[in-house]
Amino acid sequence: MSEITPDLVRHLGVLARIQLSDEEVDRLTGQLDVIVDNIAKVSEVATPDVVATSHPVAMQNVFRPDVVSGQLTPAQVLQNAPDAADGRFRVTAILGEEQ
Amino acid sequence: MTDLTKLSAAALADKLAAREVSSVEATQAHLDRIAAVDGDIHAFLHVSDTALEVAADIDRRRAAGERLGPVAGVPLAIKDVLVTTDMPSTSGSKILEGYMSPYDATVVARSRAAGLVPLGKTNMDEFAMGSSTEHSAYGPTRNPWDLDRIPGGSGGGSAAAVAAFEAPLALGSDTGGSIRQPAHVTGTVGLKPTYGGVSRYGAIALASSLDQVGPVTRTVLDAGLLHDVIGGHDPHDATSLTDAWPSFADAAREGAHGDVLRGLKVGVIKELPDQGFQPGVSASFRGALAAMEAQGAEIVEISAPHFEYGVAAYYLILPAEASSNLAKFDSVRFGLRVDVPGGTVEDVMAATRDRGFGDEVKRRIILGTYALSAGYYDAYYGSAQKVRTLIQRDFDEAFARVDVIATPSAPTTAFRLGEKIDDPMQMYLNDVTTIPANLAGVPGISIPSGLAAEDGLPVGIQFLAPAREDARLYRVGAALEAVLLDSWGAPLLDRAPILGGGR
Amino acid sequence: MAKDTLMDFDQALELFEPVLGFEVHVELNTRTKMFSGAANPAHSDNHGAEPNTLVAPVDMGLPGSLPTVNAEAIRYSISLGLALGCSIAPSSRFARKNYFYPDLGKNYQISQYDEPIAFEGQVDVELADGSVVTVPIERAHMEEDAGKLTHVGGSTGRIQGAEYSLVDYNRAGVPLVEIVTKPIFGAEHRAPEIAKAYVQTIRDIVLSLGISEARMERGNLRCDANVSLRPRGQEKLGTRTETKNVNSMRSVERAVRYEIQRQAAILAAGGTITQETRHWHEDTGTTSPGRPKSDADDYRYFPEPDLLPVAPAAELIEELRAALPEPPAARRRRLKTDWGFTDLEFQDVVNGGLLAEVEATVAAGAAPAAARKWWTGELTRIANAEGREASDLATAADVAALQGLVDAGTLTDKLARQVLEGVVAGEGTPQQVVDARGLAVVSDDGALIAAIDEALAAQPDVLAKIRDGKVQAAGAVIGAVMKAMKGQADAARVRELVLERAAAT
Ligand SMILES: [Mg+2]
Ligand SMILES: [Zn+2]
Repeated sequence: MSEITPDLVRHLGVLARIQLSDEEVDRLTGQLDVIVDNIAKVSEVATPDVVATSHPVAMQNVFRPDVVSGQLTPAQVLQNAPDAADGRFRVTAILGEEQ
Repeated sequence: MTDLTKLSAAALADKLAAREVSSVEATQAHLDRIAAVDGDIHAFLHVSDTALEVAADIDRRRAAGERLGPVAGVPLAIKDVLVTTDMPSTSGSKILEGYMSPYDATVVARSRAAGLVPLGKTNMDEFAMGSSTEHSAYGPTRNPWDLDRIPGGSGGGSAAAVAAFEAPLALGSDTGGSIRQPAHVTGTVGLKPTYGGVSRYGAIALASSLDQVGPVTRTVLDAGLLHDVIGGHDPHDATSLTDAWPSFADAAREGAHGDVLRGLKVGVIKELPDQGFQPGVSASFRGALAAMEAQGAEIVEISAPHFEYGVAAYYLILPAEASSNLAKFDSVRFGLRVDVPGGTVEDVMAATRDRGFGDEVKRRIILGTYALSAGYYDAYYGSAQKVRTLIQRDFDEAFARVDVIATPSAPTTAFRLGEKIDDPMQMYLNDVTTIPANLAGVPGISIPSGLAAEDGLPVGIQFLAPAREDARLYRVGAALEAVLLDSWGAPLLDRAPILGGGR
Repeated sequence: MAKDTLMDFDQALELFEPVLGFEVHVELNTRTKMFSGAANPAHSDNHGAEPNTLVAPVDMGLPGSLPTVNAEAIRYSISLGLALGCSIAPSSRFARKNYFYPDLGKNYQISQYDEPIAFEGQVDVELADGSVVTVPIERAHMEEDAGKLTHVGGSTGRIQGAEYSLVDYNRAGVPLVEIVTKPIFGAEHRAPEIAKAYVQTIRDIVLSLGISEARMERGNLRCDANVSLRPRGQEKLGTRTETKNVNSMRSVERAVRYEIQRQAAILAAGGTITQETRHWHEDTGTTSPGRPKSDADDYRYFPEPDLLPVAPAAELIEELRAALPEPPAARRRRLKTDWGFTDLEFQDVVNGGLLAEVEATVAAGAAPAAARKWWTGELTRIANAEGREASDLATAADVAALQGLVDAGTLTDKLARQVLEGVVAGEGTPQQVVDARGLAVVSDDGALIAAIDEALAAQPDVLAKIRDGKVQAAGAVIGAVMKAMKGQADAARVRELVLERAAAT
């Protein structure tokens, strides 16, 4: 069995900014437990000598010239804003401080 | 007069070029078909209200003598994962209900430039997470072969639209099989290009290192025609390959007329156990192999010992990348915002993401957050990346011995709506044959191989080729397609039940 | 909030050894952003842009958008790494740092994590007395800036108590290089001075490379100062605090001094230091606690799948190395000789952190002595009065233009100081201020003669005295004329003309 507990799931909900109900936490705990038991087997073959692949087709040094392009108009920027004021997006009070 | 919706895109394009029919007529025929059958199928989330104007413009340009591309005037269905400026783009999620993109996805822009006529946006599992389209926030799509069954997923809408003759061409996206598995269960053709072969710009990201956009059609040649339109380098996508690609339509034509099957070495993976597959699926697969052998192909047993870790690696990499890609849906700049009286912005974000995301999306975000968390990274995400390397090595060794690898496209035919919805792990295992291609970045195609004896539902055969060898899949796919069509006497889809609208 | 207890600085140094560390963020002045083609607000062309006017899809995390790497930002970063004496990684890559915040469009920052572009360097920092301290550099990595939040409502305009906040994504995606030092030991009582000199040196380096506007006031250069204390004789490092937003060189010095005194008082009283971020308050000269480290700081780093490794060719690195400007110490020796300054004059410039300003002003055409006079004189006076950095008040081009107007006789020294005030107040270039305020010297003899004739007619007794050869009597007339001209006349010329007119009438 994996170490998935309701407390862990609740903490993951905080990290992922999803307000999980108690019922959701319980359900997810059970489901994730099964899933993690199934997928943990990757570590069986992932020995230290194997390099990790993060891109399926290896490439490097892909750059863009430093030329202005693709800028949106302010109207486009705010086109889907749930709330805006003074040309900016408006959000309710912020609790925590900047990182 | 011929039913324009029954034509392949290639045949329709020929009639358009010969000015036997107009794009307005072709487009109207498909809009009529959508009106007649989509109430049952629910392939579309949005039908364009400007399609006829776009078609009329193509007709005008053609009349004016302008040289148009080979598929100009042919209607196109677009998976809702692709952003469009003239239609909402929701990725099947409530959190993006009504979202209007200020820019077009590159593949959409290229389709427009080629004169394709966007008909509408097709249904999908929310954020492309699923294998049944039951996870769409806007209700499931139904399989034209049996309305009680799933059309596959995540791109069930695009596959069903094509299978139900609502569109000759559709765009799909494939992260773990979302083009190929729907093709398998609907009796259609779907191809996942080599990673980087088609731009991801404007495809709402699920898992960046796995996602590819590709064609969903009824014939291999049609897939090649659409692939020619959307493929090629795009500077907006850093992972886009700069290769000069051959014409995939030409490759398909070559395959259909040449004898590419003679001497072709077809690898069959010995570790894919027969008992994991529905008998009718296995039988259809073996039948297709026999048909190829009869044309001179050589079936070679190959070993891919790490494929069995593919599903596990996939369900670590995908949720991890998705958890990050889906963080942008936070109620600040676009999309749903849930009001939390007296709440802070953190409360609003958390409430919005709870209400706006469906269960499967939340499950995968939480799983991915876990996989990336401090203390778990090496065991999970890091190990999964190593499995990718091992699977790539398996492919390298196999492709040193064979030209293509063949597998059944999925373990079962279309299952019933609701059958697996409460068992996520069972649902995940449905992707066992399609996932290795995404992990390794190689191209894969699914074409119909026949019907399963026990349920009369379509089965697909998948071919895999080395990275960058997409053209090989078009040649081999078109060759087998021609042989099977010959033996059937008529396209497989002719055997699908008649839908409400009449055929 | 309770006021911190501080220990006397010298006493604190007797009991504890301070260990320093710095994270300096440099905004690069490329034309476009790090990961999008939107214009870069940290480029001089784009200052003062309206909110949300410099935004491309990826800067605000629009669905489907993808980042692309700015080639010029890579070159700038390599140059900076080389100037910091770092090794350039044969292959480096970007990673995602995941955390939710409204100014972060994607809710992750693209940064470099385990594979930075530059690592293991050192920087020689020269102090006021001419001694040199070597600061070890751990790494310099590329990343993107976040957008800007404005807190509205409540009494303070700060985050606490605000009713709502407004988000502008212009700054989101501005290219940053974050320079991280290793722990700096042996700073001792010079710790505050070393802190200031270090930031000054970084500023000199980026200015000489031309890769940043480097104006601290505008946030082009931002310093986080880490301070920890350990009791004399103890091996183990003490718990550190990270003081954020220290945005002037003067403040860096003050903040380090403050933290040493504050932590020493707590430790001496038997307390423990909390590992936390702290905020520097310019107005009160104090720091206050911010967010303590917690398990919410789980950033879930992983390699950025939308971007590929950066593997600069050896030839590119060598090309950039060959193009590096000379190191700061050598540059100082050269400039001192070129300018012909005395030790005292030169030290004045260096201590004011104004070397780059004077150099740029000379390059813009001013004489070295004049450039030094403006920067260490009037501009430093205004800066001290307003609690700002002299370098933030005016550009070298402005100062050179101002001196040009003096040299051409358009402005007197006194008028030039008024023009400078206008420039500092943001009224435009010196010429624009001259035009707008009507401050030029009256060089039109006709206007002067008219005023002189009027003054002589009003003071016939003075006229008589001048004619009698009592030239010093002319002072009263000159005074009246200067007054009539509102001071905008060259007094020597007025004197000449007064004597001429007195003789002629
Ligand atoms: Mg930092
Ligand atoms: Zn940073």
